[in-house]
Amino acid sequence: MSGNKRIDQPTGTETVGHEWDGIEELNTPLPRWWLWSFYACIAFAIGYCFLYPSVPGANGATGGLFKWSSRDQLQKELNARDAELNQVRQALVAADIHKLEGNEQLMQEAIAGGSAAFKVYCVQCHGAGAAGSKGYPNLNDDDWLWGGDLATIEKTITDGVRQPNHVETRYSQMPAFGKDGLLQPAQIEDVTSFVRVISHQEKPSASSRRGQPIFEANCAICHGPEGHGDRMQGAPNLADAIWLYGGDRASISQTIANSRFGVMPAWGLRLDKATIRMLAAYVHSLGGGEAMPAAEMAADMTAADVGAAQEGPVEEGNVGE
Amino acid sequence: MSANSDITNSPLGAYQKRKSVFPKAVDGTFRRLKWAIMAITLLIYYVTPWIRWDRGPYAPDQAVLVDIAHRRFYMFSIEIWPHEFYFVAGLLVMAGIGLFLITSAVGRAWCGYSCPQTVWTDLFQHIERFIDGDRNAQIRLQNAPWSAGKIARRLLKWGIWLAIAFWTGGAWILYFGDAPTLVRDFWTGHAAPVAYMTVFVLTMTTFVFGGFMREQVCIYMCPWPRIQTAMMDEKSLLVTYRKWRGEPRGSLKQAQAHPGAVGDCIDCNQCVAVCPTGIDIREGPQIGCITCALCIDACDKVMAQVGRPRGLIDYVTFENAEKEQHGAAPVSALKSILRPRTFVYFGVWAGIGLALLFALTSRTRLDISAQHDRNPLFVRMSDGAIRNAYTVKLRNMENRPRTVRVAMIGAQGSLMWRNEETRAQAARSFEVKLAPDAVTKLRLFVVTPMQAGAGTTREEFSLSVQGLEDDKISDTEELIIERGGS
Repeated sequence: MSGNKRIDQPTGTETVGHEWDGIEELNTPLPRWWLWSFYACIAFAIGYCFLYPSVPGANGATGGLFKWSSRDQLQKELNARDAELNQVRQALVAADIHKLEGNEQLMQEAIAGGSAAFKVYCVQCHGAGAAGSKGYPNLNDDDWLWGGDLATIEKTITDGVRQPNHVETRYSQMPAFGKDGLLQPAQIEDVTSFVRVISHQEKPSASSRRGQPIFEANCAICHGPEGHGDRMQGAPNLADAIWLYGGDRASISQTIANSRFGVMPAWGLRLDKATIRMLAAYVHSLGGGEAMPAAEMAADMTAADVGAAQEGPVEEGNVGE
Repeated sequence: MSANSDITNSPLGAYQKRKSVFPKAVDGTFRRLKWAIMAITLLIYYVTPWIRWDRGPYAPDQAVLVDIAHRRFYMFSIEIWPHEFYFVAGLLVMAGIGLFLITSAVGRAWCGYSCPQTVWTDLFQHIERFIDGDRNAQIRLQNAPWSAGKIARRLLKWGIWLAIAFWTGGAWILYFGDAPTLVRDFWTGHAAPVAYMTVFVLTMTTFVFGGFMREQVCIYMCPWPRIQTAMMDEKSLLVTYRKWRGEPRGSLKQAQAHPGAVGDCIDCNQCVAVCPTGIDIREGPQIGCITCALCIDACDKVMAQVGRPRGLIDYVTFENAEKEQHGAAPVSALKSILRPRTFVYFGVWAGIGLALLFALTSRTRLDISAQHDRNPLFVRMSDGAIRNAYTVKLRNMENRPRTVRVAMIGAQGSLMWRNEETRAQAARSFEVKLAPDAVTKLRLFVVTPMQAGAGTTREEFSLSVQGLEDDKISDTEELIIERGGS
């Protein structure tokens, strides 16, 4: 067969020597640039096999001379990022929470970090937009159970609400007036009417008028005579438009009869101080954040200075505890 | 020799070996035009980055600068932001249609005179003549064995080519950074790696394309000759050999011996010798012809020497070539150019240009855009009011700090405040300082009292922005206040 090689006259190219039914094949070699690229690819592949993981084995591939792995690379990148973030974290921990708002840049970095941490730890209850839902407070509004300044928010996040076996936790307990037999169902209805009147949802009625003395006797001690609540005790404001468990008759009467017992974890037991500070900054930035009360500022300043005691304001000011 | 034996003697291959081209120096009208265009285009290319343009303290002072890092494009008094990229797109469309216009009017003038490949090849060929001598000396040197002298000449030539190529690649990066700073950084090793890579790649492409590939770029690599071939018609200018006048070729002696038996072409081959792409124009129009017209100069010179009229090779439209052959009067050049096709191209070209100019003069340099918070859509406040939140971006595209007023239009009864303020400061408008040539982002709350929004689920309003010293609103953004039902 191969003895039949000949030069094809019209093209001047040698044939490969095969012939089928008069059809011959021209022996056109690969272009040289193509061939060299091909050899270069082979050389590259061999080099690659020595330098990088290539041959699969039972417990993973060979490491190669560079000992490269995608896990290591990811870890390296994460470490580099952590090192960057650590500066912010250290600055945050070292900062005075009362002066944090004055430090525009640090505050912005804290808010950015808090926004990310919020999506990991908080959205399960408070929602992705921090708008909460029934039983879980909306963090965007201007209504706070325990207070809306940076230090108070930080304290609430650190120690949680009704965290079991945690002495420092926020704790408020409303009696279950119906379940425990403190009030009769009719009395609960009357108190409900009164609460709906002070929150401007109903006009005064006979029922609400009956409810007022019951409210003053049983509820005002925590919620105040006008129902404005008390942040020291975590008693909600009943005269505003915001209801954690609903402001309709059924919801209010159920709250009075059975009480509510919402729980938030004490994040101080799980997260580091910097993350909590970031979360506090983020929650504070959502639109309901309050300025630090002047009294508390003074209190902390004196504590920090270990200086002259300003007794009056200091005691009044320790509302967060 | 028959065509058949020609084929068998030189086998056809998929890859044709390049025949070296040694274009001869020539002087004449078109050569001088080429010199002028080369000087102007090279001057523009090398000098532009060094032109300074004072824009005040808040913007770079380089006249033409593509500032990719900060996403700004400066061109003399015009500054383009990324969202105004349609100006660049418009210019590119104009450049494209401009090429159509030129091609339909005067043929491949772009290829022959102002294409960078042509200009740099021309420059390199001139250097080649300067080092190696003219065509014949070059051919001799090419065929000579390697000697010290040949090596020295080659190294000198390549060295000069490389220097020019490096200067060319180097000038390119200066369009993307402050030229004096970049040059200093480049030589002290502080420039970005991409700068070195760009200079290296462009140096090598200039060196290889201008020094070695030359006409092969036009014939094998460039798509433009193909597009142009499709765009030309019978009224496009072509470099044409008047074969009805030149054929049959004959030497001067033959002409004297047999007057009338031979044409004007004395077969001196000068048109082939000067051709930078190495073609013979007498074979008719072909893709290798970039219409540089150097053969016209060469032929005219010869015709003058032998006392025959110029224009044996000339710019002639295909239509006129036909007419001349049959003895008809040619159409005037002006009439050839002024035809519906060129008018349409010119109309579109000028239309886009005018539209860009209009857009340029009427564009605002102070913009507002805002996005409504989606989660939560709205927040009920403790007094029953509804609060909507927006992320507002204010674009100050002037190179000076400005104080502007942002105001609400519509939604009477609603008030707004910025995140860093408190609700007590809520108002219908506020003033804010904007950094020069920057976007200022702020978060805005709009509160609507309970009674103001009763019964409606949403309300439209606008935010307007106005410079304090301006007499009218620069921009408005239409937005919605959500109330989520009754």
